[in-house]
Amino acid sequence: MSWLSIIALALQTAVGFQAASYALGAVGLNLQFGYTGLSNFGHVGFLLVGAYGMAISADRGWPLWVGLLLGVGAAIVLGLLLGIPTLRLRGDYLAIVTIAAAEILRLVANARPSEPLTGGSPGIGGLTSKLGFFRHNFFPERRYAIGNSFVFTDRQLWSMMWAWGLAILATLLIRRLIRSPWGRVIRSIREDEDAARALGKNVVVYKLQSFILGGTIGALAGALIALDDGSVTPDRWIAPFTFALYTVVILGGAGTVWGPIVGAAVYWFVLQAAEGILKNLWFDVGETMIGAIRLAIMGLGLAALMVFRPQGILGSKKEMLASGR
Amino acid sequence: MAGSSELSTVAAEPGVDKPDEILVADGVTRRYGGLTAVNVDHLSVQRGVITALIGPNGAGKTTLFNLLCGFDRADTGRWSFNGKTASGVKPYQLARRGMVRTFQLTKVLGRMTVLDNMLLATPNQRGESMVQALIPGAWGAQERAARSKAMDLLQRFKLEALANEYAAGLSGGQRKLLEMARALMADPSLVMLDEPMAGVNPALTQSLLGHVTALRDDGMSVLFVEHDMDVIMKISDWVVCMAEGRIIAEGRPADIAGNDAVIQAYLGIDRNAPRGD
Repeated sequence: MSWLSIIALALQTAVGFQAASYALGAVGLNLQFGYTGLSNFGHVGFLLVGAYGMAISADRGWPLWVGLLLGVGAAIVLGLLLGIPTLRLRGDYLAIVTIAAAEILRLVANARPSEPLTGGSPGIGGLTSKLGFFRHNFFPERRYAIGNSFVFTDRQLWSMMWAWGLAILATLLIRRLIRSPWGRVIRSIREDEDAARALGKNVVVYKLQSFILGGTIGALAGALIALDDGSVTPDRWIAPFTFALYTVVILGGAGTVWGPIVGAAVYWFVLQAAEGILKNLWFDVGETMIGAIRLAIMGLGLAALMVFRPQGILGSKKEMLASGR
Repeated sequence: MAGSSELSTVAAEPGVDKPDEILVADGVTRRYGGLTAVNVDHLSVQRGVITALIGPNGAGKTTLFNLLCGFDRADTGRWSFNGKTASGVKPYQLARRGMVRTFQLTKVLGRMTVLDNMLLATPNQRGESMVQALIPGAWGAQERAARSKAMDLLQRFKLEALANEYAAGLSGGQRKLLEMARALMADPSLVMLDEPMAGVNPALTQSLLGHVTALRDDGMSVLFVEHDMDVIMKISDWVVCMAEGRIIAEGRPADIAGNDAVIQAYLGIDRNAPRGD
């Protein structure tokens, strides 16, 4: 494998479905963390309910849109359940409660008694045939390639179209909201919520709105991942997924409009490039080692970013300095 | 001023009622463990005047202040603002009813521009509803009006050149000015200032004094906590002195200057006590 093909594969991954689904999930997290200053350490819990909403609905033979509504509805309920008691308290409580709730959801989905609903540890499969997500695919069935290395199947293009489409739509929605007076209140809460209170803003309601909207966007990402995978298993929704989304948000620039999208592309480019390089060294690095080392490289990259460009790729240096108070 | 001339017939004694009250509090207490930080039997604040809340360190001024505007929870007590119950009311609701406060340690919103800091305070913004925010037509006109009002206020406070700078870049004094200007954006009827002159250089103190008296001249009521006696004597129409959580004296500045209880509270000596020589 040449250097060029390693780069090409990394680029392909950077625009692929996985990057798009991470981007969508990160758009939601960016609203909560980047703009509102909410430390949601259980964002994966929202993705989980989105995915299981889709899977459970499919398991009962209901159509795709019902599954989508189920997932979004579950995300709203989850947001209310977690948000109402914790958003009136100090920020740390939200962090503790969300990370615990996401773990509880995953363990409950995994547990034997919930098998009739969630399928337990093997999860729910066969979504592709049950929901017919790919049946509407209008890309003719063939391989689409630029050169020899930049190759997508028609199915991949279909998933990518939906995921990037939703990620961009969600980004445009957030951009519109953030540039409105609503967004001004949201940003003021990140800066100092007592000041916002003293100026007549019902801070708890705004935090709840941001938390639920961000969670709903996360649930959409989860639902898309379920559709693309064709199955839902509990062990996909582990805490490191949340931290990967945090990495995406911080890479791109927390509190920037396009940060999550750029961050997701860069995140997957780096992971894939690292893997490509590790596979083509003059000595053999085992497959399991590669998985671990590429994450370590990502970690080093993030640390380097914090030192040289703490505002992220798209963040403004001036704004970052302003937060130093 | 009308408000202050009405005060000329009021007796200078603790807990005295005022002819035109904007704020009335009864039986307000706040305890921290065994310590009673605030224990105020009756406080009445006249409308349209500058009332100073003074007292030595630990007298309970700031605690009382925080209780009145809802930022701290009282153990007992009821108070009303503009004739309506204000005890147990959330701070944001009091702010909407016209009681707007500033903070001893200024709370400017650092990663927002000076102009955004101002615009945030605009009351009843349609665009602050999540749904209407999506339709710029629903709030565009209101936003333009708020913007011109904000620029006028910034001009009055000599901050207009900094309108598009991040508030974090302001000096300590400019932050005090911004916080006061921002409070005015909210169209308050009672401005509550928590040590507005703390840590401010003498030249800026003069300018802040001018701004505070301008608030009164524009028809607002001002209640402020302050340490600096010169400031208090110069601008306040009425002075309330606290010590150990209680109101120990009230009156016009001249009454307070010669009040034995006040001098004793500040200096810790009793002038009438027999000398030990």
